[in-house]
Amino acid sequence: MKQFFKQNHKTDNSIRQMLRKRKSPMLITGIVMTSIVLLFVLIGLIVTPYDSEAMDATSKLAGVSWKHLMGCDNFGRDILSRVMKGSATTLFIAMGTVLIGIAFGIVIGAIAGYFGGLADEVLMRMNDAALAFPSILLALVLISLFGTGRYNIILALGIAFVPSFARIVRSEFIKQREMDYIRQAELIGVHPFRIMFVHMLPNSARVLVSSLLIGFNNAVLAEAGLSFLGIGVQPPDASLGRMLSEAQAYLFSRPGYALCVGGTLIFIVLGFSFLGEGISEDAKG
Amino acid sequence: MKFVLKKAASLIATLAVVSVLVFLSFEFIPGDPATSLLGTQATPEKVEALREEMGLNRPVAVRYLEWSVGLLKGDMGTSYSYHIPVKEMVGDKVPITAALTLLSFCFTILIALPLGIYSAKHAGGKFDAAIGFVNQIMMAVPPFFAGILLTFLFGLVLHMFTPGGFISYDVNVGAFFAYLIFPAIAIALPKSAMTAKLLRSSILEQAGMDYARTAYSRGNSTSSVLWNHLLKNAMIPVITFLGMALADMIAGSIIIEQVFGIPGLGRILLTSIANRDYPVVSAIIMILAIAVNLINTVVDVVYHMIDPRIKQNG
Repeated sequence: MKQFFKQNHKTDNSIRQMLRKRKSPMLITGIVMTSIVLLFVLIGLIVTPYDSEAMDATSKLAGVSWKHLMGCDNFGRDILSRVMKGSATTLFIAMGTVLIGIAFGIVIGAIAGYFGGLADEVLMRMNDAALAFPSILLALVLISLFGTGRYNIILALGIAFVPSFARIVRSEFIKQREMDYIRQAELIGVHPFRIMFVHMLPNSARVLVSSLLIGFNNAVLAEAGLSFLGIGVQPPDASLGRMLSEAQAYLFSRPGYALCVGGTLIFIVLGFSFLGEGISEDAKG
Repeated sequence: MKFVLKKAASLIATLAVVSVLVFLSFEFIPGDPATSLLGTQATPEKVEALREEMGLNRPVAVRYLEWSVGLLKGDMGTSYSYHIPVKEMVGDKVPITAALTLLSFCFTILIALPLGIYSAKHAGGKFDAAIGFVNQIMMAVPPFFAGILLTFLFGLVLHMFTPGGFISYDVNVGAFFAYLIFPAIAIALPKSAMTAKLLRSSILEQAGMDYARTAYSRGNSTSSVLWNHLLKNAMIPVITFLGMALADMIAGSIIIEQVFGIPGLGRILLTSIANRDYPVVSAIIMILAIAVNLINTVVDVVYHMIDPRIKQNG
């Protein structure tokens, strides 16, 4: 019996196998772009070319130059430094959002999918009611209750993201519940929670990773949208969405400002979406 | 017919749950509306008098009933900040947001269907690859940034419209729709990229099925199989997606309204959130919830009519 588990584990261990296989060009592009983003953000956490808050009256709205690679904003702050800090804020919020979403999503989805019956019915009804709202609208409602600021945004977006994750985990668990290895485990009397989180969860990793990346992208876009509306991250915290709304006012005189900030946002989202698509493509063939 | 009734019942149930949640969440929010209206200088007697006047001293259940019955009758309460009926503030904004959403939806279909069908028909070709590449980028562009780019390109460089020069529908309907074209495109671009991609893969999936091969083997041309056999089946997942996309566009229009300076529901929602004007916030949220759920129900019914085989639970 033990051997059976071991073998099963080996053939199904998706992530290790995935890393050994030849990778699709999309996956490689995704890995490269995401690494660049992470490197950019990590460097920004340690050192930025200028202080992201320092205002310099002489270089207000300065253009692109060797001194300021992306120019300066309306307060004379170095845009590159602010983009580095802002990307870090955005990624931090997206990560927090996805963590809350996936943690609660896994628990709710696992219970609903594994046990079925009444638990499934009750949890999924509640889930459907929440899914009836577009997530950005749900987040908007929650923010109007909690208030603005980076931790409230994480909480609001995180809660808004739980239903979609719960749905994915549930359907994956329903599929696995019928598989032979789970039947075997049930027969020898493994505790349901051990089956759910030690046996089924690792085998759902592949599906979860790609939906995690999609969720991450949605979180990045949602945070940027909320900050753009002025109800996300509050100044002096830099955020890509907030910078875009500032840049919009100087669109005619300094289009480069909006382009640099928006370009960074697109680069981040594109990298993670290539990564996600590459992983699910790799999983298929 | 039975299906329609069942769906209508579940729509009403969902909206009832949503209305209770919306009412309760603004009920338990920290801070007393009467105090925040009068400011910190107010005497306790004044606050008490205002609470009585606003009806805040009565039980929660009674106030919920009053609020929801009022909502059904079209009476949405009185704004805290402007002291006028919410209906007056919100009523003439609904057509603006509705027009923007519908226009975006039309653009999405107009852009996505030809692109999706074309790239499925020429799958593996140069144009298919090019469309796929552009689609991938389009999906990563947030609508508000697309809006900024469109403002810059068509508004400031090409002078095809005046950014911020919104004209209301009761002044000039033609100019109203003309101003909404670019905002609608900004909302439609990422959605149409997703729709085109879904349609392409859906058509290709159908093309791999036995019935498609049979149709070919009977001497039908590629186009004939595509238009007469594949498309009908391939549209089923696309319709579901479009329904969700339409609901998403309502939410997306809140952000786009801000980019283009359109005084729709989104703008009042944001100022009301900032002013803590809860009667207005809850009224707008209920309007949006009703719209979104109504769309979802209609999509389900249409879906059922297209393909009665599909058994849906709920």
